Amino acid sequence: MTIPLTVNGTRHAVDLPGDVPLLWVLRDALNLTGTKYGCGVAACGACTVQIDGQAVRSCQVALSDVWGEVTTIEGLGTPDAMAAIQQAWVDHQVAQCGYCQSGQIMQAAALLAETPDPTDDQIDAAMQGNLCRCGTYPRIRAAIHTAARSIKA
Amino acid sequence: MSRIGKIARRTFLVGSAAIAGGVAFGVYYAKKGMANPLQPAQGESALNPYVLIDARGVTLIAPRAEMGQGSHTTLAALVAEELDVAWEDIRVIHGPPGQAYYNHAMFGGILPFPEYSKGALADRIGDMAGYLGKALQTQITGGSSSMADGFEKMRHAGATARETLKLAAAKRFDLKASELKTEDGAVIAPDGRRLTYVELAPAAAEIAPPDVDLRPATEWKYLGTSMPRIDVVGKSTGTAAFGIDTRLDGMVFAALRINPQIGGAMSGFDDTKAREMPGVIKIVDLGTGVAVVASNTWLAMKAAEAVEIDWETSPHPDTHGAIFDTIRAAFDIDPNSTLRDDGDADTLPEGATLIEAEYTAPYLAHATMEPMNATALFTGEELILWSGNQAPILHRKHCAAAVGLEPEAVTVHTPYMGGGFGRRGEYDYSVYAARVAKDLKGRPVQLTWSREEDMSHDFYRPGGIGRFRGAVKDGRAVLLDGRIAAQSCLRQGGARMMGFESGGPDRALVEGAFDQPYAIPNHRIRGHIADVHLPVGFWRSVGSSLNAFMYDSFLDEMAHAAGADPLDFRYQLMKDEHAPSAACLAAVREMSGWTGKKTAGIGRGVAFCYSFGTPVAQVIEVQDTPAGIRIARAWIACDPGTVLDPSIVEAQMIGGMIYGLSAAAFGEITFTGGAADQLNFPDYDALRMHTTPETQVRVLTANPRLGGVGEPGTPPSMPALANALFDLTGKRVRDLPLAKAFDLMV
Repeated sequence: MTIPLTVNGTRHAVDLPGDVPLLWVLRDALNLTGTKYGCGVAACGACTVQIDGQAVRSCQVALSDVWGEVTTIEGLGTPDAMAAIQQAWVDHQVAQCGYCQSGQIMQAAALLAETPDPTDDQIDAAMQGNLCRCGTYPRIRAAIHTAARSIKA
Repeated sequence: MSRIGKIARRTFLVGSAAIAGGVAFGVYYAKKGMANPLQPAQGESALNPYVLIDARGVTLIAPRAEMGQGSHTTLAALVAEELDVAWEDIRVIHGPPGQAYYNHAMFGGILPFPEYSKGALADRIGDMAGYLGKALQTQITGGSSSMADGFEKMRHAGATARETLKLAAAKRFDLKASELKTEDGAVIAPDGRRLTYVELAPAAAEIAPPDVDLRPATEWKYLGTSMPRIDVVGKSTGTAAFGIDTRLDGMVFAALRINPQIGGAMSGFDDTKAREMPGVIKIVDLGTGVAVVASNTWLAMKAAEAVEIDWETSPHPDTHGAIFDTIRAAFDIDPNSTLRDDGDADTLPEGATLIEAEYTAPYLAHATMEPMNATALFTGEELILWSGNQAPILHRKHCAAAVGLEPEAVTVHTPYMGGGFGRRGEYDYSVYAARVAKDLKGRPVQLTWSREEDMSHDFYRPGGIGRFRGAVKDGRAVLLDGRIAAQSCLRQGGARMMGFESGGPDRALVEGAFDQPYAIPNHRIRGHIADVHLPVGFWRSVGSSLNAFMYDSFLDEMAHAAGADPLDFRYQLMKDEHAPSAACLAAVREMSGWTGKKTAGIGRGVAFCYSFGTPVAQVIEVQDTPAGIRIARAWIACDPGTVLDPSIVEAQMIGGMIYGLSAAAFGEITFTGGAADQLNFPDYDALRMHTTPETQVRVLTANPRLGGVGEPGTPPSMPALANALFDLTGKRVRDLPLAKAFDLMV
């Protein structure tokens, strides 16, 4: 028996038990490796994706519980056609090791969808679940502000 | 002098100086030519180990790995600066295991001299020791040495490639090479005719590279400029491939479960239940634990948890207290080193005020964002490995031994690393993957560690204790006598990496203390090796990560005892000893508007550390808030001598500081029964968006040597925070992490 799942606009029939977390469905069954495993306990945010536009930790959502359409970093934009927020990440040269950045970007994109021009306090509140061991936070903050301006413009 | 002449001279010098541990074969290897590790396929010409030109264009083969520090970008800029290729046309791949990629600069930095005061003799001996890197086949990314190592090598690679291509073009044009110029990947004749490097490559491969002078810094186009990072688009679109993203046809996924009681064996296991679980393909007995192979990583992890295992106990001390008691006992035995011994440190100068303090620093995990993992395919005749790593030759060697192949039968691919910080210089995770692959002949397998496995089987930053005795008189330091006791990560890690345990004075045990540029008339630093054998390794900034906390905190205590301004106290001791270091202190004084006066609700601390060739001063500001004490602002001044990429230097300085502040505030690994008590980020947290200070960086360039930038931002952050908290609260805390003593904002 397979379970239907829509990711980045593509419908899939996934042949895995329903309790497998979305993270591991994306990575190991659909080869969408842009979404990362960091902790498995929703403490680092590396696995953040969006379900119907809402940022969620995909390590905590079982396949059978996915309630809507999933968007991953691959669905946000591509190297040849980046989303405004990804371009802002490039403009600010945010990434160091880069491993957490997919999750950071998916979280920030959800923030901007809800709060088009966030204050620093709103950025703090939205982004504090996303860990970065390289310490790219100052550039993430700057990139979010830039993306807010470019999306508005 | 020609390059060959220089090499001959260096070889002679290696032969003429006795260096502990390797001079005999150092001479041999230094003289022996290095095989070109690249075996060009049909249609490719390998001009040298760093540049590959084929139909697709120019590929630079980076001798160092990319773990976030920007090495691929700046190594590419070094080559491109001389080779004249357009930035957007540069492709960078990581080099295969190859002796030619040995790290000269890192081994040049292991000698027991304070680097800031190195004279010509020490420089020459350091250069000689560099050849140990070649002899020991250290293709290692570490020691903040990639730029110091690549600065000349990579530019030479670009320049000799360029001149060789010009010679090839000269033949085709029937002109002299000196009449030709190069631009954007082509050689251009005075009449405008162009031949691309791609067209010229086959002919250039037949020409012996000429001797070339490097361009002066005044002509640089790429170096000294913030270049777009080679990896930034991939890392912003989820398309950059880390080791954990390796996907191969027919690949299966594995999880690991090793005895959490470190060093303990496994007496038996029952996998009846696990074998029946969904997706499970195989259970592999690894001796000290098991690996479960399944169709999905999560299914493998669940089944690994379901294996019932009888663990044997750990040989390590039973409690955290017992470990630190053993470390403390090291003070009762003879020191391993006295690498600083100025004046008479035994006698209290007349009329001086005595100060004494003891500090402790905990064991720490690296906690890279990407947990340890590796992917392997064993065919019987060969092993192919995909593993983000800081030492490909070592990974190849140990994986080969684990599966019973010759090293030449092992191919190592080095994808991007989701953080290294020293952890991925170890090869344990590749070896586990290789062993599992051997059991699955013909089928690629990816072995991913859970975060819990990663944190409980690290090679930890050793914990340590510092005992300091000092004296002040007339507002100045007149005596500083420090003793540091800790496990030796250099001996233990060196034995794992090189196969033998180095002897002699252990520089890493006391770096960040013995080598600081302070003119104190009676000044002694001794190191004591603790008889504890927990797995320890190289953690961003190594010994300086604990010693800077102890040494600089003590300087702060001395300043207060002397009634002096803490920043000026350090500055006065430093200004005649090492001007570039003092200039960093002066810079943070100016940037932060340091007055030395107390403001209610705000605390400020200064700290300094010279490490990996770069002096760094930091001022940290903390504020009392209703949500706890906030690390609000920070100012950093550093001097790496030559700034190759300002944006990357800034990012490394801030990132290094945040890594250090995270540890200073929250980081601690304790052990019970030999097992780590902290298993995941909820127990081992770090700074986050809302707890990171607003930071300004100033980069100075008066340092006569090219210093590193990946690590030097870390050491001063820890004492700067402790000193700031003292300024805020009047409470001096000598034990990390600081969240145990203060209500820090989380």
